[in-house]
Amino acid sequence: MSAALETVGLVKRFGGILATDHVSFALEEGARHALIGPNGAGKTTFVNLLTGVLSPSEGRVILGGEDVSRLRPDQRVRRGLARTFQINQLFPEMTPLEALALAVSEREGGGKDWWRRVGAGSVVEPVARIASRFRLTDVLDRPTGSLAYGKQRLLEIALAFACKPRVLLLDEPAAGVPQAERAELIEAVAALPREVAVLLIEHDMDLVFAYADRISVLVDGALLTQGSPEAIATDERVRAVYLGESEHG
Amino acid sequence: MMAQATPDIAAIEAGLARGFVRRARWRLSEIVFWIAALLVILAWPSRSLLFNEIAILALFALSLDLILGYAGIVSLGHAAFFGTGAYVAGLLTKEGLTDPTLGLAIAAASAGALGFATSFLVLRGADLTRLMVTLGVALVLFEIANQWSALTGGADGLQGVAPGPVLGFFAFDIFGRTASLYSFATLFLMFVLARRIAASPFGLSLCAIRDNPLRAAAIGIPVSRRLIAIYTVAAAFAGVAGALLAQTTQFVSLDVFDFARSADVLLVLIIGGTGYLYGGIFGAVAFKVMQDIFSAITPQHWQFWIGFVLVALVLARRERLARLARKALSRAATRLGTAIRVAEAGLPSQGADT
Amino acid sequence: MLTILFDGVAYGMLLFVLACGLAVTLGLMNFVNLAHGAFAMAGGYVTVIVMERLDVPFLATLPLAFLAAALLGLVLERLLYRHVYGRSPLDQVLFSIGLVFMAVSATDYFMGSEQRIIKLPAFLKSRVEWAGVSIGIYRSLIIVICGVLVLALQAVLTRTRFGARLRAAVDDARVARGLGIDVDTIFAVTFAVGSGLAGLGGALGTEILGLDPNFPLKFMIYFLIVVTVGGTSSLTGPFLASLVLGIADVAGKYYVPAFGAFVIYSVMILVLIVRPQGLFARPR
Repeated sequence: MSAALETVGLVKRFGGILATDHVSFALEEGARHALIGPNGAGKTTFVNLLTGVLSPSEGRVILGGEDVSRLRPDQRVRRGLARTFQINQLFPEMTPLEALALAVSEREGGGKDWWRRVGAGSVVEPVARIASRFRLTDVLDRPTGSLAYGKQRLLEIALAFACKPRVLLLDEPAAGVPQAERAELIEAVAALPREVAVLLIEHDMDLVFAYADRISVLVDGALLTQGSPEAIATDERVRAVYLGESEHG
Repeated sequence: MMAQATPDIAAIEAGLARGFVRRARWRLSEIVFWIAALLVILAWPSRSLLFNEIAILALFALSLDLILGYAGIVSLGHAAFFGTGAYVAGLLTKEGLTDPTLGLAIAAASAGALGFATSFLVLRGADLTRLMVTLGVALVLFEIANQWSALTGGADGLQGVAPGPVLGFFAFDIFGRTASLYSFATLFLMFVLARRIAASPFGLSLCAIRDNPLRAAAIGIPVSRRLIAIYTVAAAFAGVAGALLAQTTQFVSLDVFDFARSADVLLVLIIGGTGYLYGGIFGAVAFKVMQDIFSAITPQHWQFWIGFVLVALVLARRERLARLARKALSRAATRLGTAIRVAEAGLPSQGADT
Repeated sequence: MLTILFDGVAYGMLLFVLACGLAVTLGLMNFVNLAHGAFAMAGGYVTVIVMERLDVPFLATLPLAFLAAALLGLVLERLLYRHVYGRSPLDQVLFSIGLVFMAVSATDYFMGSEQRIIKLPAFLKSRVEWAGVSIGIYRSLIIVICGVLVLALQAVLTRTRFGARLRAAVDDARVARGLGIDVDTIFAVTFAVGSGLAGLGGALGTEILGLDPNFPLKFMIYFLIVVTVGGTSSLTGPFLASLVLGIADVAGKYYVPAFGAFVIYSVMILVLIVRPQGLFARPR
């Protein structure tokens, strides 16, 4: 079974700092894979390398068998790679309906269309389905800036999902979500269809162990270890890294 | 679970579909506005020259709105495209191609080509660089027009621009009636086109790029390509405005490339408001009417008061003013980008959603 | 040809003195002050008035030009500019364009729109032969004064506490504030000095640049080019950029008069294509 997404010897240097240290990583199709590591381990840098926001100093990124290392972020999205951001990156002046309609239009190839109005064609049904899946139907017509944080986080994931990805990278989806709104979010993540390979970057260990089939541990930019949740939970080195971190504060 | 959810989805779909149609449809207030404008022009032939100027300035401001209000590009040299259109249209008539509509088309294409060529420069670098480039292009064109006096008439201007009758029938008269109606009609048609673009997925993607370019790329939008496209289109629109000036005043002077012209159109758009297409028109009306009144009172101080208004607008936080004004006008103005009343579709409430 | 070079250097150094205030303002407050030329114009007119009405010799008016422009800058900064620092580039552009328009119209109203000519003292108008090159005393004076100013500026920046604080504030104003540096005072003083220098440059260069109410608009692009090409992270960048531009402009206007103005614009566009952040700027 070929990997949905993999990296080969991925390296990123910022001046003298080695942010990503020869990471060779594979995300299987349909995976529920979590990437954990202490603060500053380079998880978000890694995601930025995967999506093309950063270009690697060395190494390759391979999506569905195709080397995408040189492609721009929007080109990778069109090839089936979508991501969410740790801090919400939404369109404050637009409504969720417009944002979702836009994402769906783009993936249908209708983004260049300047003649027909938004909503003509086959946009409505996918938008309705996505809105329903992510519990957004009652807030569709309000400006994004006015939504509750939990709803905004759901929209963040919905937007990425609207790109019909084969690989979905979720960067700390539960971060900053108030307790009352977490359940809705976690349910939505758990209900993601099996055809989509999901890489979850999270700090919340409960969420990680409840959700992931496989866990990779990133420390100081390098992969420390990978394995099943049970193996990781009992791994001494992982404990040391996290315990060590909590010792330092 | 799916069988129970499907009727809900269908209801949502129906509501959304209606909402999208409503979003793009012309409001009654818009139709009233355009008819009223036409009636004013027809009823007041003695002010035809003023109406002509308003229409041209409105189209010019509309073209700037396409890049400023929709794509977020600040240009200090938009007159470059205006002037290109003006000189091209003027020179065409001197070469014997007197059909005005043909002149508009070729002027638009020329200005658009220039826009396309310079768009790559404009997209590189941050805000200051962008300002510089737009400023620089307009200055270069000014110099070219200045130096190439054999072609452009230099500082004396291009004389003897003589367009033929519009559509073969309506000859330009000395009272300016044909001119004002011709410019108005052109403005309306270009506006319809701009409205179409703004309501399309392409237009929506521009709003997304303006709001959050990082996220726009992250949902698959090729940001640079879209910006190049809209910059080219905006340049073409500006070229049409310039061509109208050449054809209706039958003269082209160097000041079509002047910095003051770029600054004025920026002010006009700011007064009217960006991002909803009518801002350029309202601003042009306000600007020209004020100018008309002021030139009777204190002609030499006009520039001073423009400056004063600009400073005051900025200090008084124009965005807050604009937001307040827009809220007040929310029923009258067309905001191509807000509320779709999905509630009317009778959606199930959140609790019923399984 | 050496004369051209000499004249170009003089022109370039004059441009630098005029534009360095803008470079520091941009680097410090991240503010695009298109009205910078107005301060230069103010200095020029102060010199003209004081020479005509009060019969003060030319050289003595220069410090007055500096002080007047600096004072004007200080007042405007405290009253108006500081409300606009954090605003969007569009707002800053609109604001400074508004100020330019007001300055130009007001000057036109009070001073009349004709070109003003300064009667230079006789000794400045003479030329000297040296190694086959004809050197104007006036331009030599410009080079000397500007050179001294450049050295003084560099010394202040690198040797004094104020300079150190200024550099810290340019690098990162938030951090500087956090360190207890009084950023607001630094802004005000820097703006005033920058405006003063512009005024001095305007007075000094009247003979070369001309003086009329449209001065700020005519020369806006030159100042902007110096700042864009030279970058804002140091003084050397704009200095070198000014020299290059000065020489290019003078040489261009001499050798290919029809295309004189194009040389400047072409250089600018070329630089912006190749290095959008400026020729001499540190890559950020």
